[in-house]
Amino acid sequence: MNAITIYWICGSGLVGFGLYGLIVNPQPLAKILALNLLGSGVFLLFGVIARRGAGAGLGGDPVPQALVITGIVVAFSATAIAVALLLRLFEVSGEANLETDDTDPGVPPPDGKS
Amino acid sequence: MTQSLLDIGIVGLLFALGAWTVLVREVRTATIVFITYGLLLSLAWIRLHAVDVALTEAAIGSGVTGMLLINAAARLKPTERHAMRPALPLRMVAALVCLAVAGGLAAMPLYAPFQPASLAAEAVDNLSASGLGNPVAGVLFVYRAFDTLLEKVVLLLALIGVWSLAPDRFWGGAPGLRLFGQQASVLVLLARTLPPFGIMFALYMTWVGADEPGGAFQGGTVLAAMWILVMMTGVWAVPALNSVRLRMMLLAGPLCFLAIGFSGFFLADAFLDYPDGYAKPLIIAVEFALTLSIGIALGLLAAGPPAKAPPA
Repeated sequence: MNAITIYWICGSGLVGFGLYGLIVNPQPLAKILALNLLGSGVFLLFGVIARRGAGAGLGGDPVPQALVITGIVVAFSATAIAVALLLRLFEVSGEANLETDDTDPGVPPPDGKS
Repeated sequence: MTQSLLDIGIVGLLFALGAWTVLVREVRTATIVFITYGLLLSLAWIRLHAVDVALTEAAIGSGVTGMLLINAAARLKPTERHAMRPALPLRMVAALVCLAVAGGLAAMPLYAPFQPASLAAEAVDNLSASGLGNPVAGVLFVYRAFDTLLEKVVLLLALIGVWSLAPDRFWGGAPGLRLFGQQASVLVLLARTLPPFGIMFALYMTWVGADEPGGAFQGGTVLAAMWILVMMTGVWAVPALNSVRLRMMLLAGPLCFLAIGFSGFFLADAFLDYPDGYAKPLIIAVEFALTLSIGIALGLLAAGPPAKAPPA
């Protein structure tokens, strides 16, 4: 098995873990974390595609590599916005969950604000 | 063979850390594991011969994102006890779906044995005209300069988005960054001694980025790390966001980039085209302006929305 195959499997697996966390974890912050994990897996797949395009004395195709750098920055910007939204939700309602109804008896009513 | 064992070892650890991040209940623990994961992932990037990406991943993907999440995890700690995972059957269905997605992705090269497409040769052939030595910097600032310009604007838009989440009365005030309490600690000592070296290193990263791995983004992140360190320990006060100087520094990079972009209409052939022979000095000027703006923008994104009334 060469490095290309090994890291392709790695990227695919990380996408799987991230997706699982995104679906199963109830806390929004854990979902944001899982989304970052999923994203890093996709970036790694991109990195393998860059490595496959090695040539002209380079270890990898610089175009996908540069795209991944841009992608990491945009992913960070999105994460920062998501975290700020979540913290604001917590500030206003005292809760930070994605429940839309009050079937969960543990959740107190958000004192008049909705 | 040894190389393969190394790769398999890295991937095994990445899987273990990735699974740990997803399965652990406490978000704070998950975040700490995620930071470790990010550092290990940059090793994987080096194994894929992408040193520029490895630097960015370690700095942003692991470092600044980790700081942002760990801060949020501390604030949201009281909400964790209400959280309930879905029932076991649902979790099993989710696991099956994810397994199918991951398996499908992993099997893709088997079913579509495409010829590797590559722009490496073209990227190298035309690089000498720009005077740059690092092909990734060439892609970022010459071939796809428009993307890079927009990416910096995205960073500013994200910052405006974060700021606008504050209540109206705080607009323009200082962010409510949680300060580190203990005054006599190693962190405070570091905050007093490390920044000169950090700033030097940030400038070096930006400068060397034209020919070697590095560049404005990596340099800007080091700058941001130094700034966050001195703000967190209280060595330097968190600035009010209505400061004109602060906003000018935020805009310096994108405005410099835009100005050079528009001057391309008159001095060269098109928008973001550089005049012959002046490509490298112009790119380096843009990179230094961007380093400052990126450093400030990342620091402010990590500091969060304003939480105090602005000074009159």
